[in-house]
Amino acid sequence: MYATALKMLFRDKSKYFGIVMGVMLASMVITQQGSIFVGIMSRTTATITDMGWPDIWVMDPKVAFIDDTKPLQTTALSRVRGVEGVNFAAPLYKGQLRARLDNGEFQNCIVIGLDDATLTGGPPEMLRGDLSDLRQADAVIVDYVGATTRLARANPLPNGKPIPLAVGDTMELNDKRGVVVGISKNTRTFQSQPIVYTTYSRAIQFAPKERKQLSFILVKTTPGMPIAEVCKRISETTGLAAYTSREFTWKTIMYFIRNTGIPINFGVAVGLGLLIGTIITGFMFYSFTVDNLRYFGTLKAMGTRDGTLLRMILLQALVVGVIGFGLGIGAASWFGTSMRGTPLAFVMTWQLLFVAGSAVVIICMLSAMLSMRRVMTLEPAIVFKG
Amino acid sequence: MTRSAADVTRGRPVAVRCRSVTKTYGSGQSAVRALRGIDIDVHTGELLMLVGPSGCGKTTLISVIAGVLDRDGGECTVLGEDFNKMRSDAKTAFRGRNVGFVFQAFNLIPTLTIAENVSVPLLINGHKRNAAVEQAKSMLSQVGLGTRVNDYPNRLSGGQQQRVAIARALVHKPKLLVCDEPTSALDHVTGQKVMELLRDVASSNDLSLVVVTHDQRIFEFADRIAEMDDGHIEQISGGLGHKVAEHPSESALT
Ligand SMILES: Nc1ncnc2c1ncn2[C@@H]1O[C@H](COP(=O)(O)OP(=O)(O)OP(=O)(O)O)[C@@H](O)[C@H]1O
Ligand SMILES: [Mg+2]
Repeated sequence: MYATALKMLFRDKSKYFGIVMGVMLASMVITQQGSIFVGIMSRTTATITDMGWPDIWVMDPKVAFIDDTKPLQTTALSRVRGVEGVNFAAPLYKGQLRARLDNGEFQNCIVIGLDDATLTGGPPEMLRGDLSDLRQADAVIVDYVGATTRLARANPLPNGKPIPLAVGDTMELNDKRGVVVGISKNTRTFQSQPIVYTTYSRAIQFAPKERKQLSFILVKTTPGMPIAEVCKRISETTGLAAYTSREFTWKTIMYFIRNTGIPINFGVAVGLGLLIGTIITGFMFYSFTVDNLRYFGTLKAMGTRDGTLLRMILLQALVVGVIGFGLGIGAASWFGTSMRGTPLAFVMTWQLLFVAGSAVVIICMLSAMLSMRRVMTLEPAIVFKG
Repeated sequence: MTRSAADVTRGRPVAVRCRSVTKTYGSGQSAVRALRGIDIDVHTGELLMLVGPSGCGKTTLISVIAGVLDRDGGECTVLGEDFNKMRSDAKTAFRGRNVGFVFQAFNLIPTLTIAENVSVPLLINGHKRNAAVEQAKSMLSQVGLGTRVNDYPNRLSGGQQQRVAIARALVHKPKLLVCDEPTSALDHVTGQKVMELLRDVASSNDLSLVVVTHDQRIFEFADRIAEMDDGHIEQISGGLGHKVAEHPSESALT
């Protein structure tokens, strides 16, 4: 009887097509909006996730998210190093500095100063040059997107394309000279500012003179030590905040969710996609079943059990759900792929697909259930009427 | 030659036995008393016609007899079983084994070929797909549609569709066949052919047929005709116009 159920579905081509389209549109809107949302959220935490290395981030307790730096006393580093379970601790400078462009304009950059000795916390990938080149005089590494867009030089030719910043070029950071020794590949950040890497001590020279400059302390724990335990110890002995990378990522995401309108806007879009998708799919599937009510009634009169009818309809729902969802995420990932290389944030994760997929299948099941109520109460009038 | 109702049924076992059967739709102000105490027997091998004005309760009565609708009161046994004492699934399975249906609007599933349509009762009874389709095809040959087995219902004329429906109703060899207005969507000649087919299967198998109809032109096919009005059986006659009793007491018949 299940093959019969599938024939009833597939051979009713126009309705089958309609339902699948409904499911597809719903899945597409949900995954597409969801992916953009995840993409934007992952940009807010790009600085943390690009730096896969540390187990623990130590910072001022008042820091709310990654871009909210509150400098620490330099002595904090040695105090953290003294905590049991800390295998290794490196200082990190993170700040915003103004770069002066050739044409005299200024561009804000994120400057990251890495521990002079170990250069820990560098970019995830180098496109030109090497991280160790930072040891050369005045050396800086610039991220690819920054080098090719906001930091690119004006082309002297009329209508010429801007000339990307390249290895060997010099730039001025806060009126101090930097020499580009490498180009890195980074995850785009939320504000899409260029990222400039240099050593910790040079970053401090670049930065306006202040008493405190240490933004974060990056910690690697002793193998075998529970990371959460070390976090607790660090905050107890130093009075500083210590989060695992994951915790800090979430803290940052939550900050953006609470304090900016973007997540809410996307949440609304995803919710609307879900709602509209539910209504379209539910309505179409329901009307499909209602149109077939006479035949389901006939099958029931002829001796098909309620359980079998129920499973037949659930099977139909599952099939349109899975096929529509497959097409929908296909369309969404096609969209994502075609947007690659543009500033659009688009990150499709399996978790997102799982949530969207479950939502769609549940939509189909629910509308199937709704239809079932009509089929279960066999009305002789429906079956016998002319 | 005309036969009396008693002649027709003499000596034949009773397949369906109804006594004082009542059925009311809805309740209170809007209640409709569709069956107001029906007494009737259907014998093995007979073709019983139910006739009467629109709304008199014919469909309701065959629904009760076929086990798709629960009666409110009275007694009714079908092949010795009482539907009101059966659980829902048992009732469904009983229908699947023992009852065949022919509907006014044929109710063939439009997305199945006619062979697939006819195989459905066999699938319901747990037969393997291929065997079921083969058996359905040979059943279709018997109703003269052996060359059309892979067509979809909408490619067939009304009469052909009703023959498919009859093939479907008979393919699993049920003991009771209920037909609601099987000819009213068909022209006269086609209707006659359909009735001849039903007449033949009824007499060759030990099958009890209950045929609801408005169509006077097919009365000649009846072994007995039960005239209904307003939820009652008014009279039962043997064949066309042969009155047996004004208000039948079933004891006179059995
Ligand atoms: N589901 C229902 N709910 C309420 N009333 C109903 C229902 N089904 C039938 N009725 C009523 O019960 C009465 C008997 O209906 P039934 O369908 O059995 O008549 P019928 O003799 O088959 O009529 P027809 O010749 O028009 O098919 C009618 O008055 C009808 O309106
Ligand atoms: Mg009727």
